[in-house]
Amino acid sequence: MNKLKQLKNIIITKPQKLDCGKKISNFPISYETYGTLNEKKDNAILVFHALTGDQFASGKNPITNKDGWWSYALGSGKAIDTEKFFVICANVIGGCMGSYGPSTIDEETGKPIGTNFPVITINDMVNAQYNLLEHFKIDKLFAVIGGSMGGMQVLQFVSNFPDKAHIAIPIACTSSHSAQNIAFNELGRQAILADTNWKNGFYEQNKTSPDKGLAVARMAAHITYLSKKGLQEKFGRKLQERDDLKFSFDADFQIESYLRYQGSVFVDRFDANSYLYITRAMDYFDLSKQFNGNLSDAFSNTTSKFFVISFTSDWLYPTAENREIVIALNAIGADVGFVEIESDKGHDSFLLDVPDFLDTLGNYLKTNYKTVNEKRI
Amino acid sequence: MKKEFKVISELILQNSKVLDVGCGDGELMKFLKDNKTSKIRGLEISKNRVQNCLSKGLTVIEGNAENDLQQFPNNSFDFVILSQTLQAFLDPEKVISELLRVGKKAIVTIPNFGYWKVRLNLLIKGTMPVTENLPNEWYNTPNLHMCTLRDFFNFCSKREIKIFKSLALKNDKTLNLSSKNLAWRNLESQLGIFLIEK
Repeated sequence: MNKLKQLKNIIITKPQKLDCGKKISNFPISYETYGTLNEKKDNAILVFHALTGDQFASGKNPITNKDGWWSYALGSGKAIDTEKFFVICANVIGGCMGSYGPSTIDEETGKPIGTNFPVITINDMVNAQYNLLEHFKIDKLFAVIGGSMGGMQVLQFVSNFPDKAHIAIPIACTSSHSAQNIAFNELGRQAILADTNWKNGFYEQNKTSPDKGLAVARMAAHITYLSKKGLQEKFGRKLQERDDLKFSFDADFQIESYLRYQGSVFVDRFDANSYLYITRAMDYFDLSKQFNGNLSDAFSNTTSKFFVISFTSDWLYPTAENREIVIALNAIGADVGFVEIESDKGHDSFLLDVPDFLDTLGNYLKTNYKTVNEKRI
Repeated sequence: MKKEFKVISELILQNSKVLDVGCGDGELMKFLKDNKTSKIRGLEISKNRVQNCLSKGLTVIEGNAENDLQQFPNNSFDFVILSQTLQAFLDPEKVISELLRVGKKAIVTIPNFGYWKVRLNLLIKGTMPVTENLPNEWYNTPNLHMCTLRDFFNFCSKREIKIFKSLALKNDKTLNLSSKNLAWRNLESQLGIFLIEK
């Protein structure tokens, strides 16, 4: 926890009204930056992270000592080239990497806020991060980019701030969280709530930790990030360090062992309450409902140029849902490009080494940065 | 650049809104963007080609003209271009009506099945024609609905589609094309270029 104190953060003093009706103020937003902001301040990109991400998109995460979650896409010479762009990535509110969330210590009690933390939305996350533009005195971002929940934040951002980004790239996301996705999130939440160590969200005070529940939540979610074909090719029915079935409930199969491992490493870096709050925010996301059922109206004032990307094997945020965003934008004549990238890697494709995706994204940013600059000159 | 694209671009007014249906690698789009208008969009079915276009900074959507033109509102473009692909659709009639709904005008180019070499092929050899413009065999051709320049003239008059301007290409030479010289043009030219309007 002490390490968290050393993270870069800004304190938002100005009160922010949340969608639930509560007001928050004097709360921290933790962030990280990559690359250098140029003099004209026209090379800034705001990257939004997904459910279990954080501000450490690239390089080494100092808390987990693992590579940043978007190391394939973001860095020197990568698609989001930090030699050229200044990239800001912030931990969402509700998160557990230094931003205001359920694990933030309540100054009055000296204990984590726990489930006294208000239920937040994607809209609340985006409004909180908008303060970073003022902090860096950036008038207009070159781009806002994000995958999955990060993509939802991209959509909400351009809707809330229609003239604050030249380029908007929502990747593998949706404008409205589907019943299937709410169902999977509920499964994860129930796994946490069913863990007797959860203690109504006040586990720190009770010196317990709902690790089992959180690990199960992660295991279930992890399956949804992959594809059947990808799983079959990687694991098939291969056995884990044994020649035959053991007629027990040990991890006989490699896929079992793999999921158990994913669950166990996840609990070391993620807070169970944050998992509850952030999945809730995703479930509540319905951009078209915010505009009386007309998604196009969410973008009616937009000046951004959009690039929507989906992946063939992503069944969590399938192409059809990404296409709905494209259709809504075309209906109002917005500037929108769209491609579905071929990949067997499921929803996780956007995080992985998928050359077609990384090349297209990189070239798109490069050529458009040139065009935007030419226009200004 | 292909002569056909030069002719198409001459038909397009400065700063107009253009949709290139089946834009391929974006060669025509790029030329129009550099010379005519920045308000240009593309629709393309091949993922690789869409990726190439987006990489060049062109605004292109992956999709199929038969299903994906639906999403564009009426008259949302000044010109909609369809270059040498009408014959490949399952329902060319529907595609034409969609082009004319989405665009105020449409530019349609047609590989001419009435071209003398094509006719001769069938007449002399007795096999389905294979030419430079139509390089596929009958069993692997994507072209489901080949037509001649006269067929297209007839189609337009039946469907009350106005032909605003029509041109023919004969070995990269642009010729005027009208109902008066149709018999001859239909024999000597490889390609027809039609600017149409509902």
